[in-house]
Amino acid sequence: MLTIRSLTKRFPGTLALDDVRFDLRAGEVHALLGENGAGKSTLIKCLTGAYRPDGGEIRLDGAKIAPRSTSEAQELGIGTVYQEVNLLPNLTVAQNLCFGREPRRAGMIRTRAMTRAAQDMLDPYGLDIDVTRDLGHYSVAIRQIVAIARAVALSGKVLILDEPTASLDAREVKMLFDVVRGLKARGLGIVFVSHFLDQVFDLSDRVTVLRNGRHIVTEDIAALDRLSLIEHMLGHALETEVADHATSHDAVIARPEMLTFRGMGRAGVVGPFDLDVGQGEVVGLAGLLGSGRTESAEYLFGLRSGGTAEDIKGPIPIDTPRKAIAAGFGFAPEDRKTDGIVAELSVRENIALALQARRGWARPMPRAEQQRLARMYIERLDIRTSDAEKAVGDLSGGNQQKVVLARWLAMNPRFLILDEPTRGIDVGAHAEILRLIHELVGEGMSLLVISSELDELIAVADRVIVVRDRAHVAELTGAEIRADTIVRAIARHDEIGEVA
Amino acid sequence: MTIRTLLSAAAALALTAGMAQAQVVGFSQIGSESGWRAAETTLTKQQAAERGIDLRFSDAQQRQENQIAAIRSFIAQGVDAILLAPVVATGWDSVLEEAKEADIPVVLLDRQVDSSDDLYLTAVGSDLVHEGQVAGEWLVSAANGEDCRVVELQGTTGSSPAIDRKTGFEQGIAGHDNIQLVRSQTGDFTRAQGKEVMESFLQAENGGKDICALYAHNDDMAVGAIQAIKEAGLQPGEDILVVSIDAVPDIFQAMAAGEANATVELTPNMAGPAFDALAAYWKDGSVPAKFIQTESKLYTPSDDPQAEYERRKDLGY
Amino acid sequence: MQRTLTQLAPQLVTLAAVVLLVWVVFPGFLDIRLVDGRLVGPVIDILKRGAPVALLATGMTLVIATRGIDLSVGTVMAICGAVAAWAIDGGFGLGGALALAIVAGLVAGLWNGTLVAIVGIQPIVATLILMTAGRGIAQLITEGRILTFTHDGFAWLGSGTLLAVPVPAVIWVLTGIAAALLMRRTALGLLVEAVGINRRAAALAGVNATVLLIAVYMASGLCAALAGIITAADIRGADANNAGLWLELDAILAVVIGGNSLLGGRFSVAASLIGAMIIQTIDTGILLAGFPSEYNLVIKAALVLVILVLQSPRFAAEWRTWRAARAEPRPAGQVQEDAP
Ligand SMILES: Nc1ncnc2c1ncn2[C@@H]1O[C@H](COP(=O)(O)OP(=O)(O)OP(=O)(O)O)[C@@H](O)[C@H]1O
Ligand SMILES: [Mg+2]
Repeated sequence: MLTIRSLTKRFPGTLALDDVRFDLRAGEVHALLGENGAGKSTLIKCLTGAYRPDGGEIRLDGAKIAPRSTSEAQELGIGTVYQEVNLLPNLTVAQNLCFGREPRRAGMIRTRAMTRAAQDMLDPYGLDIDVTRDLGHYSVAIRQIVAIARAVALSGKVLILDEPTASLDAREVKMLFDVVRGLKARGLGIVFVSHFLDQVFDLSDRVTVLRNGRHIVTEDIAALDRLSLIEHMLGHALETEVADHATSHDAVIARPEMLTFRGMGRAGVVGPFDLDVGQGEVVGLAGLLGSGRTESAEYLFGLRSGGTAEDIKGPIPIDTPRKAIAAGFGFAPEDRKTDGIVAELSVRENIALALQARRGWARPMPRAEQQRLARMYIERLDIRTSDAEKAVGDLSGGNQQKVVLARWLAMNPRFLILDEPTRGIDVGAHAEILRLIHELVGEGMSLLVISSELDELIAVADRVIVVRDRAHVAELTGAEIRADTIVRAIARHDEIGEVA
Repeated sequence: MTIRTLLSAAAALALTAGMAQAQVVGFSQIGSESGWRAAETTLTKQQAAERGIDLRFSDAQQRQENQIAAIRSFIAQGVDAILLAPVVATGWDSVLEEAKEADIPVVLLDRQVDSSDDLYLTAVGSDLVHEGQVAGEWLVSAANGEDCRVVELQGTTGSSPAIDRKTGFEQGIAGHDNIQLVRSQTGDFTRAQGKEVMESFLQAENGGKDICALYAHNDDMAVGAIQAIKEAGLQPGEDILVVSIDAVPDIFQAMAAGEANATVELTPNMAGPAFDALAAYWKDGSVPAKFIQTESKLYTPSDDPQAEYERRKDLGY
Repeated sequence: MQRTLTQLAPQLVTLAAVVLLVWVVFPGFLDIRLVDGRLVGPVIDILKRGAPVALLATGMTLVIATRGIDLSVGTVMAICGAVAAWAIDGGFGLGGALALAIVAGLVAGLWNGTLVAIVGIQPIVATLILMTAGRGIAQLITEGRILTFTHDGFAWLGSGTLLAVPVPAVIWVLTGIAAALLMRRTALGLLVEAVGINRRAAALAGVNATVLLIAVYMASGLCAALAGIITAADIRGADANNAGLWLELDAILAVVIGGNSLLGGRFSVAASLIGAMIIQTIDTGILLAGFPSEYNLVIKAALVLVILVLQSPRFAAEWRTWRAARAEPRPAGQVQEDAP
């Protein structure tokens, strides 16, 4: 029902889409895959009117369309959930859900009716939240689901999901997929963008792969296996699959003690918990969204104050991020758009920002040094950008994530906190980042990795701490670090060695 | 008769006796937004003191609601008369009616209101058109029949003093073709704008050599313009005649230094004529005309400007 | 240098266009003569008269770069002018008067900055407080009159010349250069931009956003103090009611005409200064042209509107599309053809 022919979109310095074709049938889930910067989001934005294509045509049910705005696209029947949640955090959940179509009587918005409508809209998602609170009050995951609910309600024919699961945990993903299958059964055409290949195999009927803005292949999912799919995406086989890097968990390795945290947190937020981190150790933090994982990290980085930190030389003050940074800490946050990137600054400036802040305003980093640094990390992390002067906001989502990582790697911290470090990052880069983590700990850096992806935690962590209901409930080491044990600890905390 | 009624009767008697000794007048002033207004306040207090009037003063800080509240409180206090310098022209009907019902005469100072004129006793003010006319007539005589190109610094565009003072000046020079108004721009009644606009006049008129006289709608602009003329290397008062309106102290200083030639007084003493009218009214109920025009006196260097300066400098201008 | 010039091109072209327009209406516009060792001419007047707005725009650019706004600058001018005039009259001498006025400006900036950065009030509201209350403070100092003074040294700051150039022009040019160098030769520019674009992300990267925010409001207060000193020196008196009245709007306009976004981020002090000169050229041009004063604001508004429309990204995009369309006629089957 949706056909795209020879679609072309050019940005200064980049040909984001080059003669791309794509079609979508009613009642199918069609996965759109490709590396970071391949052009997936751009294709979608052309469909939804956010961008105007430079060439090519889009037909919906045989009729040529050229939506100029998201609302025009919605009227045509195309609803979208973007990679970056695009709702208004300072409106309530209900206002966001009903925005532009508020129930009215005599021109006045009927708040009660709106609240009820909003609750009805969220019902199928099993989400029981107070819709009269500001959206910004809720976690990224809940915001994402609200965005999906809104798009589903608005669109009649086509639903586009651009990395909808990047910020969801396993339970929520399953819930979402059930919803998507339901919509598929109702005859909607669904475009699904994701870097999680398992999910792609689980949900999709057909797959289209883009590479460097070009159409590579469109196939039934049944005709492809994982390796050939990756090969289509990267243009070559992936030499090192994630599993090859997995830390050997046979023996618990004793690490030289480096940092000790005591009484971190505050009742009602998380903890209080104690934490010891050895030199070159990778501590994993597992748990559901909203369990207190991110809050734990925020205490460790001085974003919230409570608790004390000490190294072998004595106490270290970490009650503000600046002090934590001075103590050699780093923090790559979960929500890169609001907490990570400085969108209008260049890749070079974003990478140099933390270093520059530490040097102080009076000692500017020479431009040549910044450029050297930027070039180094663009190469090391394979950041896809036309050049180092491109604004970070114009990079693809996954590449923005890499820039934030680069900023902290450039600081060479002794203790780096990574909150969902590989969110939105393609398979190739994912493997690359895991390799990098191993390299860093080899050099003596300690890491705290927060992740919803158990495979990732298992691959990198020496020790996994499970967070549940705002408390650190279990600690797994050595051979205990397995998917089944972690899942059990997340679900119930009475079987495995308790800490809190 | 209970003791209480006795007491209150005695109090009432005492009150009446007090009133016979000193009349009480309430004065609701707009605020102190300009030197002129401050001088008006000072002079009103002086005039009241001279006449043995007990003046109740209220500063409204540019807000009509404060003025209305002040008038209501004057009515409640049972004053003998109210002076009102209204901040705006509209919205006075009901409070003026309350005063009328309480039999308290109201005299408007310096500005008019849009209410029916039987709601107040009289209004004391200056005739702005007349002021401009006096200035124009002075220039006619000073030019003495010779050709004279005049530049004009207007007040704030659209304000009634600017419109009236322009009209008056044009009436004053009407019929004298030797006097020609060549440039006219607003200087917003301020010194800084007066200076800036005068600079542009000087640029536009051959460095000022083609200008014979300056007419400014207030003295402040004239003072600014005088500086501009000096900085352009010309002698104000000689190369370019300067005539303006208001008669504030600083223009007399300039006049004493030979840099200004004439000013028309907008007297801040509005209270004097007001108290005179009230005295007559209290005495035998004689009702004055609805508008009492104050004198628009012309001052020139022959009026001992230094003495005029000394006389005015402490009035709060 | 080359790059700076290309970046400033739109503003320079606009300035040239406005100058040309005024020159057509008033042919003597570009004449400059040397009289008694001082340059005179309309252009020189513009450089001098534009000083207050140029100074305010310098500080305002920095504040706006942090996604803030400083509505109080006009009022701060009045306060600082009043302080300076009061100090001169009180016998503090030139140095003392200038120092006190500048301190007053810095204190005003500290107040604004604290409200914004520490208390967390929105900049527009925080600075509105001082904008409205500050005139009262200035009036208390001048006791409601124009506080005049006679001091040739101080007056020189307003109407004197340095090497034939009006002193106010020298002051704003030097201040502008100092601000630009301070921002670009150190890392301040980058840090200010980072805070303006995403304060939270910048703070997480270790940027001391709070101190930086207070500092830019203090810089704005300092610039306002200089503007207030020049204005008071110019008329040899402090006019608490009128000094700097509505100038904050002209300053904001200068920043916007300079192509800086009100949403913060990337900024250019030089572009704002050119914006200030564009505004002053319009103002002076209107005076020279000799139209009735009723038209002043209409003409100014119309010109500003035209400038802003021409500079808008939307217009630029449409213009490029239009030119491209003319250069190569679209092949058939293009998207726009039968758009809904
Ligand atoms: N507004 C823009 N301006 C300039 N270049 C852009 C802009 N938006 C996207 N690009 C470029 O277009 C290319 C495709 O980006 P796009 O966002 O479509 O990638 P993607 O496939 O969605 O990647 P990811 O998986 O990382 O989200 C990238 O090289 C990106 O830098
Ligand atoms: Mg994308």
